[in-house]
Amino acid sequence: MSKRFVFYGVLIAFILIAPFILPDFKTQLATLWLMIIVAITWDMTGGQMGYNSLGNIFFYGTGMYVAAIIAIAIAFDVGEYTNAFSDTIYKFTDTQYFLGAALGVLGAGVFCALCALIIGYITFGLRGPYFAIGTLGVAIAGGELVSNWDWVGGGQGISLPVYPYDLEGGKVFFYFLFAGTGVAAFVFAKWLYSTRFGAALNAIRDDEEKAEAMGLHTMRYKLIAWSLSAFFVGIAGGISAFQLIHFEPLETAYQTINLGIFMVVCVLLGGKGTLWGPVVGAIVFHLFKEVTWNYFLGWQWVALGTLIVVTVVYFRDGIMGWLVRVRPEWFGIRVESREREATS
Amino acid sequence: MDQFLANISLLFEFPIVNLKIVIDGVMIGALFALSAYGLALVWGVMNVKNLAQGDFVIAGGYVAWWLANQGVHPLLGVPAAFVVLWILGWVIYKLVITRVIERDLFTSLLATFGIAIIIAQVLNLLFGSDTQSIALKYDTLYFMDGFIDVPIAKLLGVLMAAALATGVILFMKWSRMGQAIRATAQDARAARVLGINTEKVYAFTFSLNSAICGAAGAIVVMVWVIQPFYGITHSIRAFVIVTAAGLGNLPGVIAAGLGIGALEQYGAHIFGIGYQQAVAVLLLLIVLLIRLVQQKRVRKSLQ
Repeated sequence: MSKRFVFYGVLIAFILIAPFILPDFKTQLATLWLMIIVAITWDMTGGQMGYNSLGNIFFYGTGMYVAAIIAIAIAFDVGEYTNAFSDTIYKFTDTQYFLGAALGVLGAGVFCALCALIIGYITFGLRGPYFAIGTLGVAIAGGELVSNWDWVGGGQGISLPVYPYDLEGGKVFFYFLFAGTGVAAFVFAKWLYSTRFGAALNAIRDDEEKAEAMGLHTMRYKLIAWSLSAFFVGIAGGISAFQLIHFEPLETAYQTINLGIFMVVCVLLGGKGTLWGPVVGAIVFHLFKEVTWNYFLGWQWVALGTLIVVTVVYFRDGIMGWLVRVRPEWFGIRVESREREATS
Repeated sequence: MDQFLANISLLFEFPIVNLKIVIDGVMIGALFALSAYGLALVWGVMNVKNLAQGDFVIAGGYVAWWLANQGVHPLLGVPAAFVVLWILGWVIYKLVITRVIERDLFTSLLATFGIAIIIAQVLNLLFGSDTQSIALKYDTLYFMDGFIDVPIAKLLGVLMAAALATGVILFMKWSRMGQAIRATAQDARAARVLGINTEKVYAFTFSLNSAICGAAGAIVVMVWVIQPFYGITHSIRAFVIVTAAGLGNLPGVIAAGLGIGALEQYGAHIFGIGYQQAVAVLLLLIVLLIRLVQQKRVRKSLQ
């Protein structure tokens, strides 16, 4: 028990001091936390419940837009703001900025949770790969529709105010926002999987018909699980909106083939349906991505596609699954043959 | 909104416009139907959902385009793309697909998505990200006082697509391999017991699918445009068609393909060209919803 205590203590200490001992990597670390958040939340439905969504990115983009619209609406008229020319200057006061950010991010989370309830009610009737393709369609359609909607800036996207104090302080600010959300998502997932609710999710994954026959309202469980994960993704999207300052619909907000696929790859790389898998996968994937993006420019997508294929085809259990197989005693699993070997 | 209404009222004022849209749509839809047929083939025989379908189409298009730039007659690009994509499909089968056949469908979906990313990016690195097409030096036929124009190149494309489809259908019906493929689709285990080498059948089916897509792409480049990243839209269209028609329903696939082509042209006419992708995706959602409602009805009758 004490060993675990030390482990988490060191981890939290590292999370707290990371932006100060690695000052050049503040934004990188913030992006890493974003990956961890989306990976953990993807695993809530994908790994634990067996519903592989390719459309969670919809909540990221929607979160971005909702947060931006709320923040702007507090101070100005949204339609005028998004369609203004460069000669009109909109100045946010500090209060407006922080109030807008706080309300915007929270509002993004709540709105995305509601969206998940509505979209989920329609799409959760689809099973297996149809669900994946249907949600992918929702995400692509969302991006296309928003990019044709002039009130929110159309294909140009929205620009938000810059962090009002110094730039480096802003980076630390966003790092801690992401880190706080990430830790909250992790702790929440850890708690959730230990409850009856988590057991019900696993039952749905293992055999949905049987779970229904046992008296579980599977639809209700699926909807709640997806809207919980959408809540965190929406918050992450809202924070991203303020961190990126400017974003546009197709490449940044509803980036279906970037982050929308990355989160799935993170989880598969780390190990589906495990608590630590998404976290480990996100870290490894982010390192891989940054290395290839820096040193194999032009070929980075080829490397990424290869990583997806290799992970899916040859390395199906992911890192955590592999560790469980090689070192089961680390996870408190007792293997008889190994003990017998030890005694003889 | 007024713009949309004006576009719709135009359709009623000049019914001839409808005819033009439908003809355009059907000519494009014939090509969608080809790649959708390949998807239905692979889906039905080995239960793999191939998300790289559209990228095979685009790759075939680039083969034909490259050959045309070397001075080869564009029409010869179709068989060339067929052969090149056959080889590519066989290599991909041996490297990846053979290992995902027995696994759950999401695995094959993701694995082929990875392949799709690789193909699109390699094409982008080789040929650049501009849109490309081959201009054929044929006349255009005019009907109805010039209201309806049918370029002979497009007509030729449709005819080639029809010839290819007929060839594949006859092959599936009469050849030994075609019979083996259909037997494997019905029951792989029984086929294996009866001495069919299913591994060979799978490899053949996947290569055939990839070759059909390649030939379709070689026609697409003559009648339309290609770009390395247009593949995903072609894949989505193929899914829409197969989902709407159902597996193993060949007339359904053809009808759905032509219908999707026409609907997309209508969407482009009413909402403007900016919505073309959105229309394709929304059609997918609509088809899935209709299927869902149908299933609900089936489930109710069971209770």
